[in-house]
Amino acid sequence: MAATVRIPTSLRGLTDGNREVEVTHGPVAEVIGDLVERFPRLGERLVDEGGSPRRFVNIFVADEDIRFLDGVDTVVDDGVVVTILPAVAGG
Amino acid sequence: MTLSYRDVVSEAKRHIREIEPDELASRLGHFVLVDVREADEHSQGAIPGSVLAPRGLLESVISAHVSDPDAGLVVYCAGGARSALAALTLQGMGYRNVWSLEGGFSRWKREGLAWRAPETLTSDQRVRYSRHLLLPEVGEEGQIRLLESKVALVGAGGLGSPAAIYLAAAGVGTLGIIDDDVVDATNLQRQVLHNLDRLGVPKVESARETLTALNPDTKVVAHNVRLVADNVLEILGEYDLVVDGGDNFPTRYLVNDASLHLRKPVVHGSIFRFDGQVTVFDPYDGPCYRCLFPEPPPPELAPSCAEAGVLGVLPGIIGSIQAIETIKVLLGVGESLVGRLLTYDSLTEEFGTLRVRRDPGCPACGDPDRPPRLIDYDDACVYRGPGERSG
Repeated sequence: MAATVRIPTSLRGLTDGNREVEVTHGPVAEVIGDLVERFPRLGERLVDEGGSPRRFVNIFVADEDIRFLDGVDTVVDDGVVVTILPAVAGG
Repeated sequence: MTLSYRDVVSEAKRHIREIEPDELASRLGHFVLVDVREADEHSQGAIPGSVLAPRGLLESVISAHVSDPDAGLVVYCAGGARSALAALTLQGMGYRNVWSLEGGFSRWKREGLAWRAPETLTSDQRVRYSRHLLLPEVGEEGQIRLLESKVALVGAGGLGSPAAIYLAAAGVGTLGIIDDDVVDATNLQRQVLHNLDRLGVPKVESARETLTALNPDTKVVAHNVRLVADNVLEILGEYDLVVDGGDNFPTRYLVNDASLHLRKPVVHGSIFRFDGQVTVFDPYDGPCYRCLFPEPPPPELAPSCAEAGVLGVLPGIIGSIQAIETIKVLLGVGESLVGRLLTYDSLTEEFGTLRVRRDPGCPACGDPDRPPRLIDYDDACVYRGPGERSG
Protein backbone atom coordinates (compact mmCIF):
# COMPACT_ATOMS: atom_id res chain seq x y z
CA MET A 1 0.00 0.00 0.00
CA ALA A 2 1.39 3.37 -0.89
CA ALA A 3 1.04 7.10 -1.00
CA THR A 4 2.36 9.44 -3.67
CA VAL A 5 4.77 12.34 -3.25
CA ARG A 6 4.60 15.02 -5.95
CA ILE A 7 8.00 16.51 -6.71
CA PRO A 8 8.11 20.08 -8.08
CA THR A 9 10.00 20.48 -11.36
CA SER A 10 12.80 22.38 -9.61
CA LEU A 11 13.62 19.33 -7.46
CA ARG A 12 13.13 16.60 -10.05
CA GLY A 13 16.85 16.60 -10.79
CA LEU A 14 17.24 15.09 -7.34
CA THR A 15 14.70 12.29 -7.94
CA ASP A 16 16.13 10.95 -11.19
CA GLY A 17 13.61 13.09 -13.04
CA ASN A 18 10.59 11.46 -11.39
CA ARG A 19 7.65 13.81 -10.93
CA GLU A 20 5.94 11.43 -8.53
CA VAL A 21 7.50 9.03 -6.09
CA GLU A 22 5.58 6.18 -4.49
CA VAL A 23 6.22 5.88 -0.77
CA THR A 24 4.96 3.68 2.05
CA HIS A 25 2.04 5.37 3.76
CA GLY A 26 2.37 6.35 7.40
CA PRO A 27 3.41 9.46 9.35
CA VAL A 28 5.05 12.27 7.35
CA ALA A 29 8.31 11.66 9.26
CA GLU A 30 8.43 8.12 7.87
CA VAL A 31 7.48 9.27 4.39
CA ILE A 32 10.37 11.75 4.49
CA GLY A 33 12.67 9.05 5.89
CA ASP A 34 11.76 6.83 2.97
CA LEU A 35 12.50 9.66 0.51
CA VAL A 36 15.80 10.55 2.17
CA GLU A 37 16.97 6.96 2.01
CA ARG A 38 16.22 6.63 -1.67
CA PHE A 39 17.16 10.18 -2.74
CA PRO A 40 19.74 11.48 -0.28
CA ARG A 41 20.24 14.79 -2.11
CA LEU A 42 16.49 15.49 -2.02
CA GLY A 43 16.56 14.72 1.70
CA GLU A 44 19.07 17.49 2.32
CA ARG A 45 16.67 19.95 0.75
CA LEU A 46 13.69 18.83 2.80
CA VAL A 47 15.00 18.31 6.31
CA ASP A 48 17.79 19.61 8.53
CA GLU A 49 20.41 17.47 10.25
CA GLY A 50 17.93 16.66 13.01
CA GLY A 51 15.36 15.40 10.51
CA SER A 52 12.93 18.33 10.94
CA PRO A 53 11.40 19.87 7.81
CA ARG A 54 13.22 23.04 6.79
CA ARG A 55 11.40 26.30 7.46
CA PHE A 56 11.32 27.20 3.79
CA VAL A 57 9.80 23.92 2.59
CA ASN A 58 6.07 23.43 2.76
CA ILE A 59 4.69 19.92 2.84
CA PHE A 60 1.02 19.42 2.08
CA VAL A 61 -0.91 16.25 2.80
CA ALA A 62 -4.08 16.05 0.76
CA ASP A 63 -3.77 19.80 -0.01
CA GLU A 64 -3.42 20.81 3.68
CA ASP A 65 -0.16 22.23 5.07
CA ILE A 66 1.21 19.86 7.73
CA ARG A 67 2.11 22.90 9.88
CA PHE A 68 -1.64 23.26 10.45
CA LEU A 69 -2.15 19.51 10.93
CA ASP A 70 0.13 17.43 13.16
CA GLY A 71 3.47 18.40 11.62
CA VAL A 72 5.66 15.40 10.85
CA ASP A 73 3.28 13.23 12.88
CA THR A 74 0.52 13.86 10.32
CA VAL A 75 -0.54 10.49 9.01
CA VAL A 76 -0.46 10.00 5.28
CA ASP A 77 -3.15 7.49 4.45
CA ASP A 78 -2.99 4.98 1.67
CA GLY A 79 -3.58 6.63 -1.70
CA VAL A 80 -3.13 10.17 -0.41
CA VAL A 81 -1.00 12.67 -2.32
CA VAL A 82 1.80 14.56 -0.58
CA THR A 83 2.88 17.80 -2.26
CA ILE A 84 6.23 19.47 -1.72
CA LEU A 85 5.95 23.21 -2.30
CA PRO A 86 9.07 25.30 -2.59
CA ALA A 87 8.91 29.09 -2.26
CA VAL A 88 9.84 30.61 -5.60
CA ALA A 89 10.37 34.30 -6.26
CA GLY A 90 10.73 34.58 -10.02
CA GLY A 91 8.65 37.11 -11.85
CA MET B 1 -61.71 42.58 -25.22
CA THR B 2 -58.17 43.52 -24.36
CA LEU B 3 -56.77 45.15 -21.24
CA SER B 4 -55.06 48.55 -21.42
CA TYR B 5 -51.54 49.08 -20.10
CA ARG B 6 -53.06 50.87 -17.12
CA ASP B 7 -55.32 47.90 -16.42
CA VAL B 8 -52.36 45.49 -16.55
CA VAL B 9 -50.35 47.63 -14.16
CA SER B 10 -53.30 48.03 -11.77
CA GLU B 11 -53.85 44.29 -11.82
CA ALA B 12 -50.15 43.70 -11.10
CA LYS B 13 -50.25 46.11 -8.19
CA ARG B 14 -53.02 44.05 -6.58
CA HIS B 15 -50.60 41.12 -6.35
CA ILE B 16 -47.42 42.83 -5.25
CA ARG B 17 -46.22 44.97 -2.38
CA GLU B 18 -45.07 48.57 -2.75
CA ILE B 19 -42.68 50.51 -0.58
CA GLU B 20 -42.67 54.27 0.05
CA PRO B 21 -39.47 56.17 -0.83
CA ASP B 22 -38.85 57.42 2.71
CA GLU B 23 -39.28 53.95 4.17
CA LEU B 24 -36.82 52.52 1.64
CA ALA B 25 -34.37 55.35 2.37
CA SER B 26 -34.41 54.53 6.06
CA ARG B 27 -33.71 50.83 5.46
CA LEU B 28 -31.49 50.97 2.38
CA GLY B 29 -28.96 48.44 3.66
CA HIS B 30 -31.64 45.76 3.98
CA PHE B 31 -32.45 45.47 0.30
CA VAL B 32 -30.92 44.64 -3.03
CA LEU B 33 -32.02 47.49 -5.29
CA VAL B 34 -32.81 46.56 -8.86
CA ASP B 35 -33.28 49.25 -11.49
CA VAL B 36 -35.48 47.78 -14.22
CA ARG B 37 -35.27 50.81 -16.49
CA GLU B 38 -33.22 50.83 -19.68
CA ALA B 39 -29.44 51.37 -19.58
CA ASP B 40 -29.66 54.93 -20.90
CA GLU B 41 -32.15 55.89 -18.19
CA HIS B 42 -30.00 54.26 -15.50
CA SER B 43 -26.92 56.12 -16.70
CA GLN B 44 -28.73 59.45 -16.30
CA GLY B 45 -28.96 58.88 -12.57
CA ALA B 46 -29.91 56.10 -10.20
CA ILE B 47 -30.30 55.20 -6.54
CA PRO B 48 -26.77 54.54 -5.17
CA GLY B 49 -25.89 50.86 -4.98
CA SER B 50 -28.63 49.71 -7.31
CA VAL B 51 -27.98 47.16 -10.01
CA LEU B 52 -29.25 47.53 -13.53
CA ALA B 53 -31.51 44.77 -14.87
CA PRO B 54 -33.65 46.21 -17.69
CA ARG B 55 -37.13 44.70 -17.65
CA GLY B 56 -36.60 43.06 -21.01
CA LEU B 57 -33.63 41.12 -19.63
CA LEU B 58 -34.87 40.71 -16.07
CA GLU B 59 -35.56 36.98 -16.07
CA SER B 60 -32.21 36.14 -17.64
CA VAL B 61 -29.96 38.38 -15.55
CA ILE B 62 -31.54 38.55 -12.11
CA SER B 63 -29.89 35.39 -10.80
CA ALA B 64 -26.47 36.93 -11.45
CA HIS B 65 -27.36 39.67 -8.97
CA VAL B 66 -29.53 37.82 -6.47
CA SER B 67 -29.37 34.08 -5.86
CA ASP B 68 -31.18 33.92 -2.51
CA PRO B 69 -34.97 33.65 -3.03
CA ASP B 70 -35.50 35.10 0.46
CA ALA B 71 -33.36 38.20 -0.14
CA GLY B 72 -35.17 41.51 0.22
CA LEU B 73 -35.54 43.00 -3.24
CA VAL B 74 -36.77 46.44 -4.21
CA VAL B 75 -37.33 47.03 -7.89
CA TYR B 76 -37.80 50.48 -9.31
CA CYS B 77 -38.35 52.22 -12.60
CA ALA B 78 -39.14 55.83 -13.52
CA GLY B 79 -42.70 56.03 -12.21
CA GLY B 80 -43.56 52.72 -10.56
CA ALA B 81 -45.43 51.00 -13.39
CA ARG B 82 -42.75 48.89 -15.04
CA SER B 83 -41.40 47.97 -11.60
CA ALA B 84 -44.84 46.68 -10.57
CA LEU B 85 -44.83 44.34 -13.55
CA ALA B 86 -41.21 43.39 -12.80
CA ALA B 87 -42.07 42.64 -9.17
CA LEU B 88 -44.87 40.33 -10.32
CA THR B 89 -42.43 38.55 -12.62
CA LEU B 90 -39.87 38.11 -9.82
CA GLN B 91 -42.54 36.73 -7.50
CA GLY B 92 -43.47 34.30 -10.23
CA MET B 93 -39.79 33.24 -10.42
CA GLY B 94 -39.84 32.35 -6.74
CA TYR B 95 -38.47 35.49 -5.08
CA ARG B 96 -40.48 35.83 -1.91
CA ASN B 97 -39.58 39.29 -0.60
CA VAL B 98 -40.10 41.71 -3.46
CA TRP B 99 -41.30 45.30 -3.29
CA SER B 100 -41.87 47.88 -6.01
CA LEU B 101 -40.81 51.45 -5.28
CA GLU B 102 -43.96 53.59 -5.13
CA GLY B 103 -43.69 56.47 -7.59
CA GLY B 104 -40.35 55.20 -8.90
CA PHE B 105 -37.14 57.14 -9.29
CA SER B 106 -39.01 60.36 -10.21
CA ARG B 107 -40.72 60.49 -6.84
CA TRP B 108 -37.49 59.41 -5.08
CA LYS B 109 -35.72 62.44 -6.57
CA ARG B 110 -38.69 64.75 -5.93
CA GLU B 111 -38.55 63.90 -2.26
CA GLY B 112 -34.93 64.98 -2.14
CA LEU B 113 -33.49 61.53 -1.41
CA ALA B 114 -29.89 60.73 -2.34
CA TRP B 115 -29.20 59.66 -5.90
CA ARG B 116 -26.10 59.06 -7.94
CA ALA B 117 -25.44 61.65 -10.59
CA PRO B 118 -24.91 60.27 -14.05
CA GLU B 119 -21.55 58.64 -14.64
CA THR B 120 -21.58 57.41 -18.11
CA LEU B 121 -19.31 55.79 -20.58
CA THR B 122 -18.52 57.68 -23.75
CA SER B 123 -19.75 56.21 -27.00
CA ASP B 124 -16.18 55.07 -27.77
CA GLN B 125 -16.02 53.35 -24.39
CA ARG B 126 -19.34 51.63 -25.03
CA VAL B 127 -17.81 50.12 -28.13
CA ARG B 128 -14.43 49.29 -26.57
CA TYR B 129 -15.94 47.60 -23.52
CA SER B 130 -19.04 46.18 -25.20
CA ARG B 131 -18.09 42.58 -24.36
CA HIS B 132 -17.82 43.55 -20.70
CA LEU B 133 -21.10 45.46 -20.79
CA LEU B 134 -22.82 42.29 -21.95
CA LEU B 135 -21.75 40.48 -18.78
CA PRO B 136 -24.18 41.16 -15.92
CA GLU B 137 -21.26 40.59 -13.52
CA VAL B 138 -19.47 43.59 -15.02
CA GLY B 139 -21.99 45.77 -16.83
CA GLU B 140 -21.82 49.54 -16.97
CA GLU B 141 -21.42 49.95 -13.24
CA GLY B 142 -18.59 47.43 -13.09
CA GLN B 143 -16.86 48.98 -16.06
CA ILE B 144 -17.05 52.40 -14.44
CA ARG B 145 -15.62 50.87 -11.29
CA LEU B 146 -12.69 49.44 -13.27
CA LEU B 147 -12.12 52.83 -14.88
CA GLU B 148 -12.00 54.39 -11.41
CA SER B 149 -9.65 51.71 -10.01
CA LYS B 150 -5.97 52.16 -9.30
CA VAL B 151 -3.71 49.15 -9.43
CA ALA B 152 0.01 48.98 -8.61
CA LEU B 153 2.18 46.47 -10.43
CA VAL B 154 5.40 45.50 -8.72
CA GLY B 155 7.67 44.61 -11.63
CA ALA B 156 7.27 45.19 -15.37
CA GLY B 157 8.85 41.86 -16.23
CA GLY B 158 7.52 38.42 -17.06
CA LEU B 159 4.45 38.51 -14.81
CA GLY B 160 3.90 42.28 -14.89
CA SER B 161 3.78 42.30 -18.70
CA PRO B 162 0.68 40.17 -19.32
CA ALA B 163 -0.98 41.42 -16.13
CA ALA B 164 -0.52 45.07 -17.15
CA ILE B 165 -1.58 44.49 -20.74
CA TYR B 166 -4.81 42.73 -19.77
CA LEU B 167 -5.62 45.21 -17.00
CA ALA B 168 -5.12 48.12 -19.40
CA ALA B 169 -7.19 46.38 -22.05
CA ALA B 170 -9.92 45.79 -19.45
CA GLY B 171 -10.05 49.51 -18.74
CA VAL B 172 -8.46 49.73 -15.30
CA GLY B 173 -8.16 53.50 -15.01
CA THR B 174 -4.77 53.86 -13.33
CA LEU B 175 -1.84 51.47 -13.48
CA GLY B 176 1.23 52.28 -11.41
CA ILE B 177 4.24 50.39 -12.74
CA ILE B 178 7.14 49.98 -10.31
CA ASP B 179 10.48 48.82 -11.72
CA ASP B 180 13.98 50.28 -11.70
CA ASP B 181 15.38 48.12 -14.50
CA VAL B 182 15.97 48.81 -18.19
CA VAL B 183 14.92 46.60 -21.08
CA ASP B 184 17.58 44.16 -22.27
CA ALA B 185 17.55 41.57 -25.02
CA THR B 186 17.21 38.61 -22.65
CA ASN B 187 13.86 40.02 -21.44
CA LEU B 188 12.12 39.73 -24.81
CA GLN B 189 11.68 35.93 -24.61
CA ARG B 190 8.82 36.54 -22.11
CA GLN B 191 8.34 40.22 -21.21
CA VAL B 192 5.78 41.11 -23.85
CA LEU B 193 5.42 44.74 -22.79
CA HIS B 194 8.80 45.50 -24.37
CA ASN B 195 10.33 45.23 -27.82
CA LEU B 196 13.59 45.55 -29.75
CA ASP B 197 13.24 49.31 -30.20
CA ARG B 198 13.26 49.79 -26.44
CA LEU B 199 16.56 48.11 -25.51
CA GLY B 200 18.21 50.22 -22.82
CA VAL B 201 14.98 52.14 -22.11
CA PRO B 202 13.61 52.08 -18.55
CA LYS B 203 11.02 49.31 -18.34
CA VAL B 204 8.45 51.67 -16.85
CA GLU B 205 8.75 53.98 -19.86
CA SER B 206 8.52 51.08 -22.28
CA ALA B 207 5.46 49.83 -20.38
CA ARG B 208 3.82 53.24 -20.57
CA GLU B 209 4.28 53.39 -24.35
CA THR B 210 2.80 49.94 -24.88
CA LEU B 211 -0.12 50.39 -22.51
CA THR B 212 -1.21 53.87 -23.59
CA ALA B 213 -1.06 52.77 -27.24
CA LEU B 214 -3.38 49.90 -26.31
CA ASN B 215 -5.83 51.94 -24.24
CA PRO B 216 -5.70 55.71 -23.81
CA ASP B 217 -8.29 55.40 -21.00
CA THR B 218 -5.58 53.96 -18.78
CA LYS B 219 -3.35 56.43 -17.00
CA VAL B 220 0.07 54.85 -16.55
CA VAL B 221 2.15 56.12 -13.65
CA ALA B 222 5.83 55.21 -14.03
CA HIS B 223 7.73 54.60 -10.77
CA ASN B 224 11.32 54.11 -11.92
CA VAL B 225 12.56 53.07 -8.48
CA ARG B 226 13.22 49.98 -6.43
CA LEU B 227 10.74 49.49 -3.60
CA VAL B 228 12.46 50.00 -0.26
CA ALA B 229 11.26 50.48 3.31
CA ASP B 230 11.44 54.27 2.91
CA ASN B 231 9.23 54.57 -0.17
CA VAL B 232 6.97 51.51 -0.15
CA LEU B 233 4.06 52.99 1.84
CA GLU B 234 4.04 56.23 -0.10
CA ILE B 235 4.04 54.47 -3.47
CA LEU B 236 1.66 51.58 -2.76
CA GLY B 237 -0.58 53.85 -0.68
CA GLU B 238 -1.72 55.53 -3.90
CA TYR B 239 -3.40 52.37 -5.15
CA ASP B 240 -6.37 50.13 -4.35
CA LEU B 241 -4.59 46.82 -4.91
CA VAL B 242 -1.09 45.50 -5.56
CA VAL B 243 -0.13 42.94 -8.20
CA ASP B 244 3.12 41.35 -7.03
CA GLY B 245 5.21 40.20 -9.96
CA GLY B 246 8.57 40.95 -8.37
CA ASP B 247 11.65 38.83 -8.98
CA ASN B 248 13.21 38.51 -5.53
CA PHE B 249 12.31 37.48 -2.00
CA PRO B 250 13.30 40.71 -0.15
CA THR B 251 10.87 42.78 -2.26
CA ARG B 252 8.10 40.21 -1.84
CA TYR B 253 8.41 40.23 1.96
CA LEU B 254 8.55 44.04 1.96
CA VAL B 255 5.41 44.27 -0.22
CA ASN B 256 3.69 41.88 2.18
CA ASP B 257 4.63 43.97 5.22
CA ALA B 258 3.49 47.18 3.52
CA SER B 259 0.18 45.62 2.49
CA LEU B 260 -0.49 44.86 6.16
CA HIS B 261 0.08 48.53 7.04
CA LEU B 262 -2.08 49.72 4.17
CA ARG B 263 -4.64 46.90 4.42
CA LYS B 264 -4.63 46.50 0.67
CA PRO B 265 -4.93 43.17 -1.10
CA VAL B 266 -1.95 41.67 -2.92
CA VAL B 267 -2.45 39.46 -5.96
CA HIS B 268 0.64 37.30 -5.78
CA GLY B 269 2.26 35.39 -8.62
CA SER B 270 5.64 33.71 -8.84
CA ILE B 271 7.38 31.50 -11.36
CA PHE B 272 10.44 29.29 -11.60
CA ARG B 273 11.53 27.22 -14.60
CA PHE B 274 8.29 25.36 -15.49
CA ASP B 275 6.23 25.96 -12.32
CA GLY B 276 4.00 28.82 -11.26
CA GLN B 277 2.01 29.82 -8.19
CA VAL B 278 -0.83 32.32 -7.76
CA THR B 279 -2.78 33.42 -4.70
CA VAL B 280 -4.45 36.49 -3.19
CA PHE B 281 -3.43 37.89 0.19
CA ASP B 282 -6.18 39.92 1.86
CA PRO B 283 -4.65 41.53 4.95
CA TYR B 284 -6.06 40.15 8.21
CA ASP B 285 -8.97 38.50 6.38
CA GLY B 286 -6.78 35.71 5.09
CA PRO B 287 -3.23 34.45 5.30
CA CYS B 288 -0.30 36.69 4.38
CA TYR B 289 2.84 35.80 2.44
CA ARG B 290 4.74 35.06 5.65
CA CYS B 291 1.96 32.72 6.86
CA LEU B 292 2.57 30.73 3.67
CA PHE B 293 6.36 30.98 3.58
CA PRO B 294 7.77 31.86 7.01
CA GLU B 295 11.26 32.04 5.47
CA PRO B 296 12.66 32.02 1.96
CA PRO B 297 15.16 29.35 0.99
CA PRO B 298 18.82 30.35 1.25
CA PRO B 299 20.09 31.83 -2.04
CA GLU B 300 22.19 28.76 -2.87
CA LEU B 301 19.01 26.66 -2.88
CA ALA B 302 16.86 29.22 -4.70
CA PRO B 303 18.57 30.29 -7.89
CA SER B 304 16.85 33.12 -9.73
CA CYS B 305 15.30 32.75 -13.18
CA ALA B 306 18.42 34.52 -14.51
CA GLU B 307 20.49 31.64 -13.16
CA ALA B 308 18.13 28.70 -13.60
CA GLY B 309 15.96 29.71 -16.54
CA VAL B 310 12.23 30.04 -17.03
CA LEU B 311 9.93 28.92 -19.81
CA GLY B 312 8.97 32.10 -21.66
CA VAL B 313 5.24 31.40 -21.93
CA LEU B 314 4.90 30.47 -18.25
CA PRO B 315 4.56 34.06 -16.96
CA GLY B 316 1.95 34.59 -19.68
CA ILE B 317 -0.25 32.04 -17.92
CA ILE B 318 0.48 33.09 -14.35
CA GLY B 319 0.41 36.87 -15.00
CA SER B 320 -2.90 36.50 -16.84
CA ILE B 321 -4.41 34.65 -13.89
CA GLN B 322 -3.19 37.50 -11.68
CA ALA B 323 -5.06 39.92 -13.96
CA ILE B 324 -8.23 37.83 -13.62
CA GLU B 325 -7.94 37.76 -9.83
CA THR B 326 -7.35 41.52 -9.81
CA ILE B 327 -10.51 42.22 -11.79
CA LYS B 328 -12.53 39.84 -9.60
CA VAL B 329 -11.34 41.58 -6.44
CA LEU B 330 -12.00 45.05 -7.89
CA LEU B 331 -15.52 44.08 -8.98
CA GLY B 332 -16.29 41.88 -5.99
CA VAL B 333 -17.37 38.98 -8.18
CA GLY B 334 -16.67 35.26 -7.99
CA GLU B 335 -14.45 33.53 -5.47
CA SER B 336 -10.96 34.92 -5.23
CA LEU B 337 -7.88 32.85 -4.41
CA VAL B 338 -7.78 34.16 -0.84
CA GLY B 339 -6.79 31.14 1.28
CA ARG B 340 -5.93 29.03 -1.75
CA LEU B 341 -2.70 28.70 -3.69
CA LEU B 342 -3.11 27.77 -7.32
CA THR B 343 -0.14 25.76 -8.56
CA TYR B 344 0.68 25.19 -12.21
CA ASP B 345 3.09 22.63 -13.64
CA SER B 346 3.57 23.39 -17.32
CA LEU B 347 5.45 20.15 -18.03
CA THR B 348 2.56 17.96 -16.95
CA GLU B 349 -0.03 20.66 -17.78
CA GLU B 350 -1.59 20.28 -14.35
CA PHE B 351 -3.18 22.83 -12.07
CA GLY B 352 -3.61 22.16 -8.36
CA THR B 353 -5.04 24.05 -5.40
CA LEU B 354 -3.51 23.95 -1.95
CA ARG B 355 -5.18 25.29 1.20
CA VAL B 356 -3.32 28.23 2.74
CA ARG B 357 -4.20 29.11 6.31
CA ARG B 358 -3.63 32.21 8.36
CA ASP B 359 -1.02 31.46 11.00
CA PRO B 360 -2.16 32.85 14.39
CA GLY B 361 1.51 33.04 15.40
CA CYS B 362 2.63 34.79 12.19
CA PRO B 363 5.26 37.41 13.08
CA ALA B 364 3.92 39.67 10.31
CA CYS B 365 0.11 39.49 10.58
CA GLY B 366 -0.46 37.75 13.92
CA ASP B 367 -1.45 41.01 15.64
CA PRO B 368 -3.65 43.35 13.57
CA ASP B 369 -2.79 46.24 15.89
CA ARG B 370 0.95 45.85 15.30
CA PRO B 371 1.80 45.53 11.62
CA PRO B 372 5.46 44.67 11.05
CA ARG B 373 8.12 47.36 11.16
CA LEU B 374 9.24 48.10 7.62
CA ILE B 375 12.82 47.07 7.01
CA ASP B 376 14.94 46.45 3.95
CA TYR B 377 15.48 42.72 4.08
CA ASP B 378 18.64 40.93 3.09
CA ASP B 379 18.46 37.55 1.38
CA ALA B 380 17.42 35.83 4.61
CA CYS B 381 14.28 38.03 4.93
CA VAL B 382 14.09 37.31 8.65
CA TYR B 383 11.67 39.44 10.65
CA ARG B 384 12.67 39.50 14.31
CA GLY B 385 9.77 41.59 15.58
CA PRO B 386 8.87 45.22 16.01
CA GLY B 387 12.04 45.99 18.01
CA GLU B 388 14.38 45.18 15.14
CA ARG B 389 16.48 48.05 13.81
CA SER B 390 16.32 48.62 10.11
CA GLY B 391 19.50 47.56 8.35
